[in-house]
Amino acid sequence: MEFFLVTLLNSLSYGLLLFMLSSGLTLIFSMMGVLNFAHASFYMLGAYFAYQTSTYVGFWPALVIAPLVVAGLGAITERYGLRTVHKYGHVAELLFTFGLAYIIEEVVHLIWGRAPVPYRIPEILDFSAFSIFSTQYPAYRVFMMLISVAMLVALYLVLTRTRIGMIIQASLSHPDMVQALGHNVPTVFMLVFAGGAALAGLAGVIGGNAFVTEPGMAVSVGTIVFVVVVFGGMGSLAGAFIASLIIGAVQTFSVAFDYSLLSLFGTIGIKVNTESGWMELWKVTIAQAAPVLPYLLMVAMLIVRPKGLMGTREG
Amino acid sequence: MSAMFPWRRLLVWSATAAVMIVAPLVFTQGFAVSMLSQMGIAIIFALSYNMLLGQTGMLSFGHAVYFGLGAFFAAHALNAIGANTLGWPVSLLPLIGGAAGLVFGVIFGYITTKHSGTPFAMISLGIAEMVAACSLMFPSFFGGEGGISTDRVVGKAVMGIDFGPSIQVYYLIAAWCFVCMIAMFALTQTPLGRMANAVRDNPERARFVGYNPTRVRFLMLSLAGFFAGVAGALEVINFELITAERLGTVASGNVLLMAFIGGIGHFYGPIIGAVLVTFLQSALSNYTQAWLLYFGLFFLVMILFAPGGIASLLTLHKPAVQTRTLGRLLLPYAGAAAAAAVLMLGLVALVEMLYHLETKAEQVGTVMSLFGRQMDTATAQPWIVAAGILVVGGVLLAFVARFVRSGWAHVTVAVNRAKGI
Repeated sequence: MEFFLVTLLNSLSYGLLLFMLSSGLTLIFSMMGVLNFAHASFYMLGAYFAYQTSTYVGFWPALVIAPLVVAGLGAITERYGLRTVHKYGHVAELLFTFGLAYIIEEVVHLIWGRAPVPYRIPEILDFSAFSIFSTQYPAYRVFMMLISVAMLVALYLVLTRTRIGMIIQASLSHPDMVQALGHNVPTVFMLVFAGGAALAGLAGVIGGNAFVTEPGMAVSVGTIVFVVVVFGGMGSLAGAFIASLIIGAVQTFSVAFDYSLLSLFGTIGIKVNTESGWMELWKVTIAQAAPVLPYLLMVAMLIVRPKGLMGTREG
Repeated sequence: MSAMFPWRRLLVWSATAAVMIVAPLVFTQGFAVSMLSQMGIAIIFALSYNMLLGQTGMLSFGHAVYFGLGAFFAAHALNAIGANTLGWPVSLLPLIGGAAGLVFGVIFGYITTKHSGTPFAMISLGIAEMVAACSLMFPSFFGGEGGISTDRVVGKAVMGIDFGPSIQVYYLIAAWCFVCMIAMFALTQTPLGRMANAVRDNPERARFVGYNPTRVRFLMLSLAGFFAGVAGALEVINFELITAERLGTVASGNVLLMAFIGGIGHFYGPIIGAVLVTFLQSALSNYTQAWLLYFGLFFLVMILFAPGGIASLLTLHKPAVQTRTLGRLLLPYAGAAAAAAVLMLGLVALVEMLYHLETKAEQVGTVMSLFGRQMDTATAQPWIVAAGILVVGGVLLAFVARFVRSGWAHVTVAVNRAKGI
């Protein structure tokens, strides 16, 4: 019970972090039809900028500065990169972001080196918030959840209750009409891209010190975020939310289970030939298979329901 | 003129074969043969990738899966041949790799080709990650970190050929490369190849004329898996070692870069890309640690300014050659090349100094030699000079670009006049 509760809380904080990434990705995708390969790179940049800023002025200013800098980079990417290649079609746009992710990783190597940087959680949050039975639950995890939830509420309010949110929503489905009404749709696109990048950057700021800040973090999180978006259904924010929580739970819980098919066979009384070549497969535990599980879930979802959990479009 | 015998095509293919036969006789250095072998493998792999991206419009981020799985099956087959449990000539090993690639192409193709466009791209990445993660779970098949090593000199030598010397391996690879090139070109001429283009351009209309786009994509992906597997098996013969990283996403990204830089709109584009990228990778990685960065920048510049790749840059100049106005472009091009060289000099200097300061300064001190000069990266002077060169190069390039544009305006006028407009 204790293990279950602690893991559940951990999976919740991780799932919310995933949603901060996948929501930006989903917004950008449904607006511009561009899958931003560099999205997780913005997450990584957020973490590195926060580390660098916090060595000078501390964590709290970094919490604001780093996402803003990332947002600026996102705006530049959209304005001078994506808009230039837009005329060559979606493949060129995708490849542009792919190349950008490549370069960002190399630049991070260049500036901060290949080893992880010592980006730590601030001392003021380095205590245990409460205890579940005998486990002390760290306050920083609670802080992460609070920031994520606050961000999500803010995102929801901006999208549904403000004027700019209305224009963004209208631009999603009827960009030409919005343009005809006198709004500057390209600028709206740039803002959305910058906003998505800022969300990714913020996720990096609060995730970078909870996990580890290293040059490989973009690739490892990036593919998971893609899985989340496919699993939840392309272009659906609600789907992305549910998928984030599910994938977060799968990833967090699976590392802790030591069961294998062999132990399952033992329980239900099937005798296995220990000499057979399949032994290696039977012996794999859930914990060992943990890195594969999200992808297996994705493949299973694609077979059962190709448009994803809540997706509206297919193909 | 379809009834005429295609003399021109025959000439091009004969010339290709001649180049492949003569190449190792011209470049006789030790590493040249090994590089040529790698180019042959890369050509097959990049062409098979272009069956997806260029011909069917499927952007795949997981093509190395078929290459890698084909290679692993071929490696185990080669070990079985060595242990006398399998009677199969080494020269036909690529067929085993190809069969494995085909089988996995059928399996994964069934799942992935229900989608097209961006969802297909993401799913292909997910499949690639899944296979890469699996490869670490099953060490007896994938060999864990060290990979699977084999010995290609097994079985009886046929007519004195036992594939011991690397030149024999080169000719084996060249022969397979040539056969695969012809097979893949022939495929573009079949109804399936034509329908693949239709599915790429307009899947809805393809459906209207009675073809199922999903089926066409599935067939193309399966066949591309076959050719990727052939390339993987050749890699096993060439290196006698295959590791799990050859089926990872980095390898998949690499083949995408090759095909794209060469030009996905032309059949011969990926061939140029494979040769150029293989050469650049082995040449640059000898000189600098930052070669991945240069390579990424090169790729980004290609996307921004020449999205059709090198092949499309070549065909762009065809009208200029026909109207004999290419001469008008040569001088502006020379100027642009000079300006670009200045720009690159500044950029390379900055990047190399940064790398030196970041990675080597602690061991060997802050002084480094760059372009034959000693400079201290701890002082401001070399940085200012390098940044200055960079800016001057940029300004020069912007200046020269005007002359390139006016040269092209001249060519366009000549072309229009030739057309009678």
